[in-house]
Amino acid sequence: MEFLQQLVNGVSLGSIYALIALGYTMVYGIVKLINFAHGDVFMVGAFIGFYSITILDLGFFPSLLISMVTCAILGVLIERIAYKPLRNATRIAALITAIGVSLLIEYGMIYVRGAQPEAYPGNLIPATSIDFLGVKVSSQSLLILGTSLVLMILLQFIVHKTKIGKAMRAVSHDMDAARLMGINVNNTISATFAIGSALAGAAGVAFGMYYTKIEPLMGIIPGLKAFVAAVLGGIGIIPGAMVGGLLLGVIESLVSAAGFSLWRDGVAFVVLILILIFRPAGLFGKNVREKV
Amino acid sequence: MNILKGAKGFWSSIVLAVVFGIVMQFLITGEIINFFYVNTLYFIGINIILAASLHLIIGITGQFSIGHAGFLAVGAYASAIITMKLELPFSLGLLAGGVAAAIAGLIIGIPTLRLKGDYLAIATLGFGEIVRIIFLNIEYVGGASGMTVTQLTTWPWLFGSILLTLLVIRNFTNSTHGRACISVRENEIAADAMGINTTYYKVIAFAIGAFFAGVAGALYAHNFFIIQPTNFGFLKSFDILIFVVLGGLGSLSGAVLSAILLTIVSTYLQSYPELRMIIYSLVLIIMMLYRPQGIMGTRELTSFFKFGKSGKGGVNDDSKQPVA
Amino acid sequence: MTANNPLLKVNNAGIRFGGLKAVSDVNLELKQGELVGLIGPNGAGKTTFFNLLTGVYVPTEGSIELDGDKLNGLAPYKITKKGISRTFQNIRLFNELSVLDNVKVAYHSLAKHSIMSSIFRLPKHFSEEKYMEEKAIEFLKIFNLDNVLHEKAKNLPYGQQRRLEIARALAANPKLLLLDEPAAGMNPQETEELMNLIALIRKKFDLTILLIEHDMLLVMGVCERIYVLDHGQLIADGTPEQIRNNPKVIEAYLGEEVS
Repeated sequence: MEFLQQLVNGVSLGSIYALIALGYTMVYGIVKLINFAHGDVFMVGAFIGFYSITILDLGFFPSLLISMVTCAILGVLIERIAYKPLRNATRIAALITAIGVSLLIEYGMIYVRGAQPEAYPGNLIPATSIDFLGVKVSSQSLLILGTSLVLMILLQFIVHKTKIGKAMRAVSHDMDAARLMGINVNNTISATFAIGSALAGAAGVAFGMYYTKIEPLMGIIPGLKAFVAAVLGGIGIIPGAMVGGLLLGVIESLVSAAGFSLWRDGVAFVVLILILIFRPAGLFGKNVREKV
Repeated sequence: MNILKGAKGFWSSIVLAVVFGIVMQFLITGEIINFFYVNTLYFIGINIILAASLHLIIGITGQFSIGHAGFLAVGAYASAIITMKLELPFSLGLLAGGVAAAIAGLIIGIPTLRLKGDYLAIATLGFGEIVRIIFLNIEYVGGASGMTVTQLTTWPWLFGSILLTLLVIRNFTNSTHGRACISVRENEIAADAMGINTTYYKVIAFAIGAFFAGVAGALYAHNFFIIQPTNFGFLKSFDILIFVVLGGLGSLSGAVLSAILLTIVSTYLQSYPELRMIIYSLVLIIMMLYRPQGIMGTRELTSFFKFGKSGKGGVNDDSKQPVA
Repeated sequence: MTANNPLLKVNNAGIRFGGLKAVSDVNLELKQGELVGLIGPNGAGKTTFFNLLTGVYVPTEGSIELDGDKLNGLAPYKITKKGISRTFQNIRLFNELSVLDNVKVAYHSLAKHSIMSSIFRLPKHFSEEKYMEEKAIEFLKIFNLDNVLHEKAKNLPYGQQRRLEIARALAANPKLLLLDEPAAGMNPQETEELMNLIALIRKKFDLTILLIEHDMLLVMGVCERIYVLDHGQLIADGTPEQIRNNPKVIEAYLGEEVS
């Protein structure tokens, strides 16, 4: 039963990773940039959620919505100000800029409100738990899982059934051809950042609910792990990010369960290096070659 | 003629540097410069070694590695084990730090250097984190609370290490082996087609870079009384990366200059750590937007003085002398 | 090498990417000293075939032999050392390096000094580097590039970049030189200079050359034999005259311009 219990915990944690990983993968798919600042958007989302719950006295869902909208705006701003001018620059320049933006958000946040952590209020939803085959599933876990599922289905709908989704797929396939076909590439990229960042915002609120403690540097490790999840699933592939996130969450929980909880943070990186060496295209990806 | 000239320039720059080192030693032992400045000087020295070692990997060979603090950590812990646990002399500690880091470089480099660009960056970042977590979990070296280390880093050791680092990296760069590395950076496919064993040179550059990062780690460990895994997190890797990027990818003197400059800046901002990080990050972003090639580009200081005076060394400064 | 054995022998070579056959069943022989053209419509697999020869791709079928040595599966740098050197369709120079250093990189396999002797500046380093430098300067004179020795490769005009790329490929001391669209983007006068240059180096270095070209005038003008590739398969080979009148070739090019 312990095993099943850990599996359930892993899935909850994994769904948070998956939400963050989606933003990474979408952005990478479209502009080939590892958006290091994505983990920090997640952090900002957690704080926005916290403030709307405690200061504005709102419930879970309105707070979630506010956090998603704010993060979407933040994501678009980051893209327009820092990344857009670099669209034709070298990959290294873009990567360094992303690192710079990430540090700026982290330490900007500390500068504005200090480095002290905050505790998410625990009384937001009734703290009951369901016993299922001897496994305790808390109401928080259910809420997180449910929210993630709804958002992922929504994302699938947007990407596959709407006009902007079609434009996103076209641009990620071939930016120049998409432009020639009359697609507004800039708006499409902004939309991608907006959607990805909104998901990260939601993940931030979910994380706060689940772990209760939030602080300005909280985005670094989950952000990196979510990136690992994206690579695991095959970067640029949306279902890959979902599966990768869940898988990573489960692996981490099982490692903890096996008594190696101090090594938990290392596991993600071992997974990363193994996948990069043996299957760099990820579980769902196809190998592509550089054209000579 | 050319041979003599090259050799002469080489030796005279060493003599100049040694004179500088001795003068500094007198200033320090004579307590003419105060403790605060000496401390800053040590900081600068260690950062110069780190910057130069990463410069070889990123600037010369073009392999975007962002886990350099991992090698620093390996060097720091390996040397500390030698001096504190085994109670062997510091010189052995320095050597062990370098060798251990070079071995770590080989272990991580051989599988990951097949990866390109972003993927390599992420893999090296992951490596840095793994190193940190490993030390966090080893009770022998104190786990999270760290390891106390006696202060053994002195100016002669530090200065000798800086000199050796710069000379080795400069001499390596200005040779057919360095050109092979640069050709990998410039165009890996063409380098391969010209008969360069690209994997070999990537691994070599990685190992040499790691070696000196390990030496820096040994100096670092024996300068701060205590080493903890948190000293070698990923922000430390970014600190080193910033030296190389700001100075100009491909310029050794640029990397050295920005290591000096930024160390001084951050010493003065010590009491405002978040402000320091905000300034760092803004500088990075603005730099990438307006001058992505860094302060020096790929040029070297020596290219500003026509008579190729000093030993910092550029990509071409040997070969640019006319053939007699 | 005896006169009868071909320098390059390609037997049923091919490669598939996933299910797609990019090149298949190519049989081709080059004799020592020949200048042969490889033509075909866009996307016929010409560059892919070059990539097979140079080890960028590993053939999934068939074999490639140079001077009787099997090349399949060797890394590109090893194939270069065996004696095949190439230029690229989209110029791939070492942009930040000087013209001189571009050539010196190609001489790298000649250098006998170790990394240690360079690091510690042992006499061997100086003598070898000097030897390489002098050799490179002499060499660049042949290509009229000795007046831009210290210019960065990226700063050269287009025609000179093409010439430098050929020079660099030759500096690797190949038995077989592969030229991938050397005249692309050149005006008629530059093309003519290029044709003269190819004729000159061929004589001077006793080379065998295989060249991909879209400029029919150039191909028909300089090549002794021509192979035609279409949809990844050889559809014809023969003298320029035979190729010009081959119905299969004309069909393959239908809708393409044959100038």
